Amino acid sequence: MEANKTWKNPIVAWIDNRLPIFSMMNADLVDYPTPKNLNYWWNFGSLAGIMLVIMILTGIFLAMHYTAHVGYAFESVERIMRDVNYGWLMRYMHMNGASMFFIVVYIHIFRGLYYGSYKPPRELLWILGVFILLAMMATAFMGYVLPWGQMSFWGATVITNLFSAIPLVGQSIVTWLWGGFAVDNPTLNRFYAFHYLLPFIIFALVFLHLWALHVHKSNNPLGIDVKGPQDMIPFTPYYTIKDAFGLGVFLIVYLGFVFFAPNFFGEPDNYIKANPMVTPPHIVPEWYFLPFYAILRAITFDIWFIPAKLIGVTMMFGSIIVLLFLPWLDRSPVRSARFRPLYRQFFWLFLVDCFVLGAAGGHPPEGHWIWIGQVATAYYFAHFLIILPLLSYLEKPRQLPSSISAAVTPGGVGISAKGVAE
Amino acid sequence: MKPVTCALAALALSLSLAASVWGGRAEAAEAVAPPEVDWSFSGIFGTFNRASAQRGLEVYKQVCSSCHGMDLVSYRALTGIGLSPEQVDALAATHEVNACCTDAGEPFTRPAKAADRFVSPFPNPQAARTANNGALPPDLSLIEKAREGGADYIHAVLTGYEETPPAGVTLMPGMYYNKYFPGHQIGMPPPLSDGIVTYSDGTEATLDQQATDVVTFLTWAAEPTMEARKETGVKVLLFLIVLTAFLYALKRKIWSDVH
Repeated sequence: MEANKTWKNPIVAWIDNRLPIFSMMNADLVDYPTPKNLNYWWNFGSLAGIMLVIMILTGIFLAMHYTAHVGYAFESVERIMRDVNYGWLMRYMHMNGASMFFIVVYIHIFRGLYYGSYKPPRELLWILGVFILLAMMATAFMGYVLPWGQMSFWGATVITNLFSAIPLVGQSIVTWLWGGFAVDNPTLNRFYAFHYLLPFIIFALVFLHLWALHVHKSNNPLGIDVKGPQDMIPFTPYYTIKDAFGLGVFLIVYLGFVFFAPNFFGEPDNYIKANPMVTPPHIVPEWYFLPFYAILRAITFDIWFIPAKLIGVTMMFGSIIVLLFLPWLDRSPVRSARFRPLYRQFFWLFLVDCFVLGAAGGHPPEGHWIWIGQVATAYYFAHFLIILPLLSYLEKPRQLPSSISAAVTPGGVGISAKGVAE
Repeated sequence: MKPVTCALAALALSLSLAASVWGGRAEAAEAVAPPEVDWSFSGIFGTFNRASAQRGLEVYKQVCSSCHGMDLVSYRALTGIGLSPEQVDALAATHEVNACCTDAGEPFTRPAKAADRFVSPFPNPQAARTANNGALPPDLSLIEKAREGGADYIHAVLTGYEETPPAGVTLMPGMYYNKYFPGHQIGMPPPLSDGIVTYSDGTEATLDQQATDVVTFLTWAAEPTMEARKETGVKVLLFLIVLTAFLYALKRKIWSDVH
């Protein structure tokens, strides 16, 4: 907690006097005061950070053996699988890691939605998180193109073509993105370059996200401000051990897929080399994009002079952009859904709506799935633009507890002035 | 409703929606569900039955390889299904590969070596199409991973031919009726039948035996590192389960003064 902590080891003390890196680590990882009532949903932030590191490390090893050329990309991935020592492990960890990263981040986001973590004074923290999500989506999309399978190629073709919906300059933008007149070698090369660059941008955004977090500290399941040291415990050892235990459980699930069902989240078509002359019967994005894919396809009609495609594309991007405004759409002063009887029900409805969108995105747009996708899309936007603003005024929140320690652990320890638990 | 009930209801509904996506995939392919086969390589302790995989290699050599290549598999990898290096060298040497060049700059051919990839039956896709009624026989290196249904599906297609299509189905010229192939019309003539292959180990070459053996071989070819993966996985997960149990105990102990 104190800036100029005295260190016993003379070398550490010497360094810390000139560059207080040890003091910083101590303040942010050891003594860092944390609400004492965080539940296991709070584990997913650190899990997301660990996933980012795993993705960067496995990715760098893959990059040492991968060839970004339409003639060799598919073969080089298979060489990694067959001939590179533990190449199969690096590749399956990276491949399943993408799915796990999204699972963890989606849980992290919904935790923020439930407990109102986006509300003052944490609006910027939330907005930085939305930017991280956007950067993750771009990274994942471009990474999926690199193995140069059928789904890589056709996914890239469908998604890049979305930009052709922009009036007047759309087609020129698509040509510019492709570096030619179709998805081809220049496209693969630049996607590889960006796929390598973006994770480091995510890393920088995560740094800002944590910086913002450490100013006002973690929200908590009660959503009330900490009232004093009795409401807090130091991060180490309490949350270091809780995060370590959570990491153990998470790794069992993650590596369970890696070792025993490594292609569970994948599409068989991506084990067929990209072929511009053969279109797969059913082009689907990776599962984590399905809800957004459903929103994109929901608009099947032109509105006045605006073509359906442009509206669909705008709504797809809008479905993420609307999250940026969430802190101002939800004006309720109460953060946690525990004390918001109406919001709590709409939260679960919204979660179900996201799964409905995912299912609609996974099915071919035929029969019932068309209107199901349209209703679910309308509800997605209604949740943010109509329901949340209305609830802010109509809902009568329940009585908030006077403090964290009074509500959950009247007899437990807290932080003393020195920053250690007593 | 209590929050827990709410959450469980939402979870149940969500999972059923996720399952519907899986169902939708099969629907989209218009395929009949392939019968499940009890494979030697399935399950977390599964390994490739060496004898079956080697018989599968014989099926590939005697039947499949007249039309299908395996560009991603090298001869040396066959030690993975129990061939000796000498057997691998001998098998490779039965094929010729193009090489470049003599000192005078002339291209020449040489016998294949263990490090070479399986030699393809056709020099290029056009030649393959010309010889096959316009259809391109797919490369088999990854076929087990590249088809919905995997090993069960390949086995089903190999055994799913019917000489006379059901009433009302008209086949296009040069096509064959297959119960499990999407659309039911397949360009590949029935490749296997009782006794078409002679096994060197004396096993009776029934249709089902051949299909089971060749699918075991193809599954190995699609991922020769599968055994290493599962073996490592069992050790890693056992370690993680013990470690996580200790971490939980430690967590309980450290947190005991907070609760």
